[in-house]
Amino acid sequence: MHETDMTKALIFTVKDWLAEQSGHPAVKTVHLTVGEFTCVEPAGLQFAFAAQTQGTFLEGVKLVIDETPLVAFCHACQQEYRPDIGMQYACPICQAPMDDIRSGRELKISRVEFSRAEAQAIPQN
Amino acid sequence: MHQTFDAALEMNLLHANQHGANENRDRFNQWGITCLNLMSSPGSGKTQLLEKTLQALQNELRIAVIEGDMTTQLDADRLRRLGVPVVAINTGRACHLDSKMVAGGLHQFSHEQQPESFDLVFVENVGNLVCPAEFEVGEHAKVALLSITEGEDKPLKYPIMFREADCLLITKMDLAPHLDVDVETIVSNVRQLNSKAAIIPVSAKSGEGLTKWLAWIKQAVANRTQIA
Repeated sequence: MHETDMTKALIFTVKDWLAEQSGHPAVKTVHLTVGEFTCVEPAGLQFAFAAQTQGTFLEGVKLVIDETPLVAFCHACQQEYRPDIGMQYACPICQAPMDDIRSGRELKISRVEFSRAEAQAIPQN
Repeated sequence: MHQTFDAALEMNLLHANQHGANENRDRFNQWGITCLNLMSSPGSGKTQLLEKTLQALQNELRIAVIEGDMTTQLDADRLRRLGVPVVAINTGRACHLDSKMVAGGLHQFSHEQQPESFDLVFVENVGNLVCPAEFEVGEHAKVALLSITEGEDKPLKYPIMFREADCLLITKMDLAPHLDVDVETIVSNVRQLNSKAAIIPVSAKSGEGLTKWLAWIKQAVANRTQIA
């Protein structure tokens, strides 16, 4: 159940970020980028997020998960390819090992949408 | 009136765990200890291989074990019988060790022992082929075990573990004659994902491959600063 741990990390990260902001912003949406080649199941994250944010400052906040595909680069063929997860990872043309992963290992909070009262949003000089 | 804003965070979800792992590794380095993280599915033979390894190396290296087990002390007790200091971490329902749990283990270790007098710490992770691969604990190298009874396809099905490993031990080789498993296929499946790992077929029972495995450990200890 590492989705629970990941969600805990997510909540703490957003909390730390909020503490640095002025004007009490209200978080509306959290955007995650989750690679296809990670041990994280997006549906599990959605479930854990809904459960673990109940009664917290993130209750009701929308979680948007952008999945990125596994893309590898073959240096011998000088081109990208999409490994077939569970079946084939080596380059389909020259069989070179999947050494260079270009996408699919992401596990990050990419951005946060938030709102705050207009008066407080004016930067102070 | 409310305005909507957008802030780019680009913050890794494993940032906190990674930070803790780096702190653990710093402590190991200060103590002059090499840490190896052993990972595999349940029943692949981690504990038995550790028993043999500890017996073989006890005159050359001072070794301790951090033992992750979901609820019991069974594995820890087996290793304590060899006179090796064991810190047992019951992970409860968590399916992997994380850097915070290992930091707790190191705290206990540093109170019970003199860490500076040790050369090597094995972290025996919770038996699981999925989660431990994503959670670094402060190790200098990752060792994955795959017993030949698990089948040739496991590296393809659980790719992250086998991609992350610095050393892969194919265990229970003494059973090979009784099985329709092709070790070459296991090796080529691992090689699709990982061109660099040392791959060593071993048997704790017959002793096959143990010399190579022990040599790999000694090299890891010698290279600690390089492989960190």
